[in-house]
Amino acid sequence: MKQHIMSVLVENRSGVLARVSGLFSRRGFNIESLAVGTCEEPDMSRITIVVIGDDMHIEQVKKQLNKLIDVIKITDITEKEHVERELALIKVHAESGSPRSEVMQIAGIFRAKIIDVGVKTLVLEITGDSEKISAIETLLKPYGILELVRTGSVALQRGSGSGTIRT
Amino acid sequence: MKTGAAILIESLKDEGVDIIFGYPGGSVLPIYDELYDANLKHILVRHEQAAVHAADGYARASGRVGVCLSTSGPGACNLVSGIATANMDSVPVVALTGQVPTGMLGNDAFQESDITGITLPVTKHNYLVKDTREIKRIVKSAFFIAGTGRKGPVLIDLPKDVLTEQIDPAEILSADCELRGYKPTLKGHSKQIKKALELISEAKKPVIYAGGGIIAADASEELVKFAELFCLPVTTTLMGLGALPADHPLNLGMLGMHGTEYANYAITECDLLIAVGARFDDRVTGNISKFASNAKVIHIDIDPAEIGKNINPDVPIVGDAKSVLSDMTDMAKINGCFCEPWIEQVKSWRENHPLMLVNDGRLHPQYVIRKLSEILNGGGIIVSEVGQNQMWAAQHYGFKQPRQWITSGGLGTMGFGFPAAMGAWFAKPEETVVVIAGDGSFQMNIQELGTVAQYDIPVKIVILNNMYLGMVRQWQELFYDRRYSYTELPSVDFVGIAKAYGIEGMRVESTDRVEEALRTAISYDGPYLLDFRIEREENVFPMVPAGAAISEMIGKHNPNGGNEI
Repeated sequence: MKQHIMSVLVENRSGVLARVSGLFSRRGFNIESLAVGTCEEPDMSRITIVVIGDDMHIEQVKKQLNKLIDVIKITDITEKEHVERELALIKVHAESGSPRSEVMQIAGIFRAKIIDVGVKTLVLEITGDSEKISAIETLLKPYGILELVRTGSVALQRGSGSGTIRT
Repeated sequence: MKTGAAILIESLKDEGVDIIFGYPGGSVLPIYDELYDANLKHILVRHEQAAVHAADGYARASGRVGVCLSTSGPGACNLVSGIATANMDSVPVVALTGQVPTGMLGNDAFQESDITGITLPVTKHNYLVKDTREIKRIVKSAFFIAGTGRKGPVLIDLPKDVLTEQIDPAEILSADCELRGYKPTLKGHSKQIKKALELISEAKKPVIYAGGGIIAADASEELVKFAELFCLPVTTTLMGLGALPADHPLNLGMLGMHGTEYANYAITECDLLIAVGARFDDRVTGNISKFASNAKVIHIDIDPAEIGKNINPDVPIVGDAKSVLSDMTDMAKINGCFCEPWIEQVKSWRENHPLMLVNDGRLHPQYVIRKLSEILNGGGIIVSEVGQNQMWAAQHYGFKQPRQWITSGGLGTMGFGFPAAMGAWFAKPEETVVVIAGDGSFQMNIQELGTVAQYDIPVKIVILNNMYLGMVRQWQELFYDRRYSYTELPSVDFVGIAKAYGIEGMRVESTDRVEEALRTAISYDGPYLLDFRIEREENVFPMVPAGAAISEMIGKHNPNGGNEI
């Protein structure tokens, strides 16, 4: 069992996300995370899907995705040099005084931004790979995480390697 | 100016559509108004499910794309099991559905259903048309997707306002468009083909396992040539029957749950399995870990996702069966029978373990099927329902040609056969079309007697009537201690029902009247129904119990008569 990051280039059309997510649930593939948005081509979108499975399972995921007419290209970038980032917003309980300064210190170490300051709360914005975000989450837990949202990973191949096709 | 409905009909004609099976309703009134004088044949069925099965039967018999049409909401929903049937068996069908006007979508409007959402998992692709200018382009894409690669159903959902809107023909978007996410691989990789040929030259006990892909690719000539070149025994799946003539010396008949003993033995003992256009379905493999477990596997399929789905082949080849088999034949350096002892072994299994035919004077369904085959000289188009009737027909008819056998394999849809037979006749009106049914499955779309009567469709209906849901009863007998829970059906006067629709028919209760009845029905000019009252507790044998290896059959051939269980 291994984690795979797949970069999936799809037609930018209504219903495409339903086709992709429907395929995963129907075939019993588990999605760790899924992020979708526009990309360099105006009429395409790029979906970054993180999925865990053995080789045979991952192969099926790719092949089944490829069968969707709206899927243009799939790149399993796990096997390639790549950069991966995820963004999280974390609202943490931080009363003035020592808890607040400790949370600010942790934010500093992780290079997280404080984007909202409330009477008893701070909202942190952090980017990094999934492990980094999980790490700060663990450290902030004792202070009381009130709300947390993660975007899911987005990733690109390093260098000139590309998941784009020119038509 | 042109309406969307007019553009739709034009686009269908551009695709060469000559017949539509459909049922009208509110949201498709604009299409029906166009059909009124469109010079395009439309067959009014009695239930939308029959429309899609008929389009499916038309497609299977002709190799062309079948077309059906229904209204929105309930009409569209009634298509679903037929679309799923076509999807499981890779049959090219384009289903047109009406939809509420675009402004009301998502509003729970009268007769609204999210049919593109509902059919997402059971179509190859589907479209919701939101712009009249796109109709022509979408119809063209739909037919292309349905009829190429691994074929399958495509649904086009048409909101009423898109159909009524009038546009300047100059605004219609060109139908030429590239589908950049759809590029089926047809030609097999030559390096892979060479590897496969090497395995074949090394094999001592090779077997070809041919599936519906042979029929879909019109590759049966190539299959026969290839098999003869190397003297390879061939077993076919339910979907592959007719890929090579039943009486061909290399043909082992069907394999799997109700396959022949010799086909299942050959698979179990082989050292090389060449799967072509087949997908290692559970009804074929039984316990998959014991399926051809000593064999190297070559898997040829047009759908890359089928390769490695159930088993990991040694040599995968993605491509169209016709192209790959012909390349393999062309590239072969050696040929001839290099595995004589194996051929002899297979021959001896075949001689010693034939399919059973009990001759005790009672009316057995196998006898009816064999008589039918004898009278039609193994020809005609045989369409089955699902269940025991289907398996008896598959085992005993002896198909000579591809597209002669039409059956719901993957989904196993009861009620498929009768409407599919209607569609098959419109595809091949010169052929004798016979539907083999059970009393259970026939009653699932019995209303189509109305359609058959209205258009005088000369299908011959052969009901193997045991007053049971026979296949379920068989499982209850064998695995549930004969507790026949809700599988008994009361006697129905099918001949009387047929008469009420103006269709001729006859009840047959004894063996000595079978031949005469079949001849009467076949020579009759028009539809004809035969109600054969068969042995009630007849079973389909041999049988591989669920989860067993395919060599572990029950009800095997017993030289002393009867089946051993």
